[in-house]
Amino acid sequence: MILSVQGVRKVFGSQVVLSSLDLDVDEHQVVALIGASGSGKSTLLRCVNLLEEIDDGMIWLDGSHITDPRVNPDKVRQRIGIVFQSYNLFPHMTVLENVILAPVRVHGRSSKEATDAAREWLTRVGLGDKADAYPDRLSGGQQQRVAIVRALINSPRLLLLDEVTSALDPELVGEVLSMIRDLKGEGMTMVLATHEMGFARQVADRVCFLDGGKVLEQGPPEQVFGDPREPRTRQFLSRIIEAGRL
Amino acid sequence: MNLSPAQLDRIAYRRRQTVISVLIAAASTLVVGVLLAVGLTGAPGWDRVRASFFDLDVARDALPDVAAGLWLNVRLLVFCALGALALGLLIALLRTLRGPVFFPVRALATGYTYTFRGLPLIIVLYVLTLGVPGLRLQGMPSVLVLGGIALVITYAGYLAEVFRAGIESVHPSQLAAARSLGLTYRQTMRHVVLPQAIRRVAPPLLNDTVALQKDVGLVSLAGPIDAVRAAQISTAETFNYTPYIVAGVLFVLLAMPLIAVTDWVTLRAARRQS
Ligand SMILES: Nc1ncnc2c1ncn2[C@@H]1O[C@H](COP(=O)(O)OP(=O)(O)O)[C@@H](O)[C@H]1O
Ligand SMILES: [Mg+2]
Repeated sequence: MILSVQGVRKVFGSQVVLSSLDLDVDEHQVVALIGASGSGKSTLLRCVNLLEEIDDGMIWLDGSHITDPRVNPDKVRQRIGIVFQSYNLFPHMTVLENVILAPVRVHGRSSKEATDAAREWLTRVGLGDKADAYPDRLSGGQQQRVAIVRALINSPRLLLLDEVTSALDPELVGEVLSMIRDLKGEGMTMVLATHEMGFARQVADRVCFLDGGKVLEQGPPEQVFGDPREPRTRQFLSRIIEAGRL
Repeated sequence: MNLSPAQLDRIAYRRRQTVISVLIAAASTLVVGVLLAVGLTGAPGWDRVRASFFDLDVARDALPDVAAGLWLNVRLLVFCALGALALGLLIALLRTLRGPVFFPVRALATGYTYTFRGLPLIIVLYVLTLGVPGLRLQGMPSVLVLGGIALVITYAGYLAEVFRAGIESVHPSQLAAARSLGLTYRQTMRHVVLPQAIRRVAPPLLNDTVALQKDVGLVSLAGPIDAVRAAQISTAETFNYTPYIVAGVLFVLLAMPLIAVTDWVTLRAARRQS
C-alpha cells in the first residue's frame, strides 16, 4: 500500500470538512474522488501533500507516518506530486525553467541533466517547441500539461490531481485526459478529484464518493456509477446526470 | 496584399488626422514659448533677475565647486540606495515570517517600519551625525558615513513597506505550488515569490530612489559639502544666485536617466498587467 489515510479530521474554524476519513491506495492504483462541490476533495488532497495540517488521524506514505510532527514536510512533498485546477505555473519562468526548478533546487540534479530530462518529457507530451515560452503564451490545456510534467519529472511515488480539467475549455479537456490515461498505462499511482464522471469511469480502478466528511461509498466504477448502494450517492449521481455530465 | 477600399480609406483618414495633430501641437508649443519669453523678458525686473540668476561668468566660476559637490551626491546616492534596498528587503522578509517563534523578529521589524516612516529624516540625521560622534567611541566612522547611515535607515523603512506590498501581492497558490514541489520556505521566497514581487514593485522602488537622490544633499547640514551647499557658499561669496541655477540644472541632468528608467519600467509593468 502506498497511501493510507486513517481517521483524518480537518476543520476550518467551526466547519468540519473531513471527519475520521479513511482511504487506502495501492501501488499502480488510480482512485477517483467524486462528491459535491465543497465536500472536501481538495482539502483531502492538500492534507495528503501536507499543505494543510490535519486536526486528527494519521497519514502514511510508503509505510512511514508522514503526519508525525517530527517529519520534515519538505522531504515528504518531494515524493508526492500534485497538480492544481488553476495550473499555478510560475509566470516569471519559461516552461523549461518551471519544469527544472525542483529537479535542480530540490533533488540536486545538474542543470544539464534536468534540462535534457525536461525536454524529453515536454516532447513526449507534444510541447517540445514550447520549452522557451512563458506560460501566458500557452493555452490552458498546454499549461496544465506543463504542470503535470513539472510534477512528474521528480518521479513521485504518488500523483495527486485536483480537478485538473475544470478550468479548461471543453475542447482542451481531451488532451489532458489522454495524458493521464497514458500515465495510468505506465503504472503511475494516482488520486484524482474530478467532475468528469465519464473519465472517472474509464480510468479509475476505484471510485470514492465523499460526503459528510467521509468516504461514504467506494468501489469499482461499474458498481458506484451503475448500482450505487447509498441513497446520497444515487442523489448526487442523478443531479450530475441532469446537468449532462455523465 | 490587396486591401479593401474601406481599409484604404481608414488608413488615409488616420494619416490625415496625424498630420493635423502634429501641426496643432507645433503651433501651440510655439505660441506658449513666445508668450513665456515675451512675458519674462518684458517684465520690469527682468534685467536684475537675469544678472543675479543667469550670469554666465559666475556660472563658469561656480561650476567646478558645484560639480565637486555633486560628485558627493552621486556617491552617497549609490551607497544609500543599495544599502536601503538591502535593508528594506531584509525587514520586509522578517515581517512575512509566520509562527510564534518569530514573534520577536516580526515585532521588531514592524516597529522599525512604524518608527522610521514616522520620524523626520532631519532628526535621524542630526542624531546620527551630531549625537553619535559625541559618544567618542573608538573607530567612529566619519560624519559623511554616519549621514549616509541615517539616510539608509530612514529610506529602508519606506522601501520595506514597498517590498512587503509586493510580497503580499503574490497569490498564495504560487507558494502552494512551490512548496508542493518540495522547495523550502527560503527557496520558495528566493525563486518564486521575490522575483515576481520585485518586478511588480519596481516602479515605486525607483520612485523612492529618485526621492532619495534629492534627500542625500541633506547630509550637508552636518558639514560635508554637497552640490547645493557648494552653490550656497559660492553665492555667499559673489552675492549672485547663479550657482543655485547651476546646481539645479546638474541635479535635473543627473535625475533624468533615473526618471527615464522609472518611466520605462512602469510602462513595461503596466503592459504586462494588461
Ligand atoms: N483555507 C480554507 N479556509 C476556510 N475554509 C476552507 C478552506 N479551504 C477549504 N475550505 C472549506 O472547506 C470545504 C471543502 O472545500 P474543498 O476541499 O475545496 O471542497 P471540494 O474540493 O470538494 O469542492 C468548503 O466548504 C470550503 O469552503
Ligand atoms: Mg476542489
